[in-house]
Amino acid sequence: MSQPRRNGRSAGGWWFLLLVLLAYAVVGVGEPDVAHRALATFGKLFVGLVPALLLVFAFMLVLNWAFEGKENLPELGSRAGVREWVLAIAAGVLSVGPLYPWYGLLAQLRARGIHSGLIAAFLYARAIKLPLLPLMVHYFGLAYTVVLSLVLLTFSLVSGWIVGRLTPQD
Amino acid sequence: MKSARLKTAFRRTLRSFGAMTPILLGVLLLTALALESLPVAWMTAWMGYSPIVDAVLGAGLGSVSTGNPAASYLLAGELLAAGVSLTAATALIVSWVTVGLVQLPAEALMLGWRFALLRALFCFVSAVVAALIVVSLLAVAG
Repeated sequence: MSQPRRNGRSAGGWWFLLLVLLAYAVVGVGEPDVAHRALATFGKLFVGLVPALLLVFAFMLVLNWAFEGKENLPELGSRAGVREWVLAIAAGVLSVGPLYPWYGLLAQLRARGIHSGLIAAFLYARAIKLPLLPLMVHYFGLAYTVVLSLVLLTFSLVSGWIVGRLTPQD
Repeated sequence: MKSARLKTAFRRTLRSFGAMTPILLGVLLLTALALESLPVAWMTAWMGYSPIVDAVLGAGLGSVSTGNPAASYLLAGELLAAGVSLTAATALIVSWVTVGLVQLPAEALMLGWRFALLRALFCFVSAVVAALIVVSLLAVAG
């Protein structure tokens, strides 16, 4: 399996974008209406993403500034303890916006030695959306919301443990 | 000294962000395409035979879906109203926010294929298991 280059620098991203554009070209020939609607949706999604991108850029800048000259963060590395797991899960629950802008930050953290399990736990804990809990209660009830949230918290730990054990640290 | 450190950090951040840009654009384009061509009706037609099949189909639908998680609540709520089981609706909600097949290439490019595939597989299975657990616990609690 290929591993990402440090800081996520890779030509793979451009190949991926090229493949997606090719998919659009194929869809555009067969179903021009779908391609047009998809492009309009893309525009809306992109505009909605800008605040989250700015937030992630700021986080990445702070991280790079704070740890300039330090290659690793040993205290958050393979010896991750209870405090680190709680922090990763809490950060996942509190993180906002779509998932993909966070990948850059997570790739940087991983390149600096953060344990893969902590990243997996962070990503899974994002399933709990605090701002949307009232909406969930409205649709499915309070008991359902509480039970599902507790199950998701538990699974975020399990996810971190399993993925962390099966993914070799760079 | 501080200014030089900030400049270096800014350049490094710009480089990382630049590397992330084509992936972000690709995922957004793919997300938009998926939103316009989801096979919702086809998948829901197969639900209602057994809790496990419902959970697997719900998780499957959630895995290929994308967008604001609030949309998953709306869709799950509509499916429930249409007679689909709570197990399927729960699996859909969980997988919607955890699996994200559309985002898989981006996650793999940034965090590694092994990490991304393992996580996606775990998230899919956990969506099925979580749905069964939640519905069972609610049934026990009455």
